[in-house]
Amino acid sequence: MRNAFLRGLLQHAASDPKIILLTGDLGFGVLDEFERTLPRQYLNAGVAEQNMTAVATGLALEGHTVFTYSIGNFPTLRCLEQLRNDTFYHEANVKIVSVGGGFSYGQLGMSHHATEDLSIMRALPGVTVCAPGSAYETSCLLDAIVAMRGPAYLRLERSAPGFADQSPPECEFGKARMLRDGSACTLIASGGVLAEVIAAADCLAALGTPCRVLSMHTLKPLDREAIAAAAAETCAICTIEENTVNGGLGGAVAETCLELATRPRRFLRLGIRDAYTSVVGDQAYLRRVTGIDRDGIVASVTDLLR
Amino acid sequence: MADIIAVLYGRVLNLRADEPKWPDRDRFILSKGHAGAGVYAALAERGFFDVERLQGHYANGSVFSGHVSHKSIPGVELSTGSLGHGLGVACGMAYAAELAGRQHRIFVVLSDGECDEGSNWEAIHFAGHHRLGRLLAIVDYNKIQSLKATESTLGLEPFAEKWRSFRWDVTEVDGHDHAALANALEAERPTTSAPLCVLAHTTKGKGISFMENSVLWHYRTARGTELDAALEELERAI
Repeated sequence: MRNAFLRGLLQHAASDPKIILLTGDLGFGVLDEFERTLPRQYLNAGVAEQNMTAVATGLALEGHTVFTYSIGNFPTLRCLEQLRNDTFYHEANVKIVSVGGGFSYGQLGMSHHATEDLSIMRALPGVTVCAPGSAYETSCLLDAIVAMRGPAYLRLERSAPGFADQSPPECEFGKARMLRDGSACTLIASGGVLAEVIAAADCLAALGTPCRVLSMHTLKPLDREAIAAAAAETCAICTIEENTVNGGLGGAVAETCLELATRPRRFLRLGIRDAYTSVVGDQAYLRRVTGIDRDGIVASVTDLLR
Repeated sequence: MADIIAVLYGRVLNLRADEPKWPDRDRFILSKGHAGAGVYAALAERGFFDVERLQGHYANGSVFSGHVSHKSIPGVELSTGSLGHGLGVACGMAYAAELAGRQHRIFVVLSDGECDEGSNWEAIHFAGHHRLGRLLAIVDYNKIQSLKATESTLGLEPFAEKWRSFRWDVTEVDGHDHAALANALEAERPTTSAPLCVLAHTTKGKGISFMENSVLWHYRTARGTELDAALEELERAI
């Protein structure tokens, strides 16, 4: 995902000199090509995310399209008020990119677990929130947020997903992508955990429980129609996110179902249960202990449908 | 503070009231957004909008918030209020001017108490490193912050030395001396020089005997006989 983003950004920036990439002193090795190719469009703002975000806003108010780049919670929570008051309130054309969503940096400890950012960013007015589930979706959403004016948050993960994703189905901004179909349950995922969800759906299908899989790569604006259809056409909805279940994807889907009066017959949110993760491990391990790996999802969905 | 705004809007800032977004205008950011009333008044006096609109200040349904806001108010570059936001955005504007080779300048007014905010020091660090010579920070140094004196809260001294150690040039002036302020703000400087900090030594509530150096008037609004007395003292001084 990270590489797809950087490849795409370099292409866009090469043809649009108004695009500027700011990093908060992170991206060892992977930003070299951008810096070498477009030195006037690259700036290391240092270990100072509040100022990086403020500088990005100032540049954007002067007509630039600015990407702020960092990992984990640093470009979001660390500078949340600069995002709210400066970037979002002024509708500044700043795109916030965090590499290392969820447990991407699992071994580094809770400070580097980005596990509430989707909920928090989603709560703020004036920002688009995207969490692509594959390199293909990353490229498509990057194109979309470059084309639109105004703030956007792009939550990425470092590593490649565990499934070969490509078009079709096409990835369209603001529209859920249906990657599997089945009537037993709809599995809705945001972010890189999509790979686990696809694997889980394939297991469930083999067990005689065919599921629909929706990649909700755009969390805001949310594809309410796809959610309503899932509630009406399938027997249950299960949301899966590498994020707290409080106010993230699961919350958004639940709110939508209740407001549209299309309550699913059964409903389950999978994600991190109102706690910080104090044990470390790689992403696969932490997904497993959180119950959002393939086997955990299969077990939870089987229970839900029992 | 009012003197600083008067000198900026009365003399220093290169602006066009009939073209608020003129690309070559000087940018002005009030980082101490709580003094927004002064900026609204200055903009009205310079013809950005009708003076009558000032009656909406603090009123229900009005866009004239206590902390300065840009929405629907021509001439305001940046909405502020929470302290420690203006200088960083100004750094971005100055950096953009540098990239574009434009000659306009970016002025920011900060309070002294505001310099407790770490985000300001991130911005000061950035501007000094990048030699943002188009950037001027003016500190309204009245030595009083929200509850008590700055020195008994979080001492700023040696204040000028702090800025200099972050690679800024510093000029200290009497913040009520219009000629001295104008002299400091209008001095010719190369755009690639160090940014300039003007430490404007001021007296809170200057010119109104019962308000001077009183933290009460950070919060209190003069009404009735108090307002009459304050206006009388100001009129007498002019």
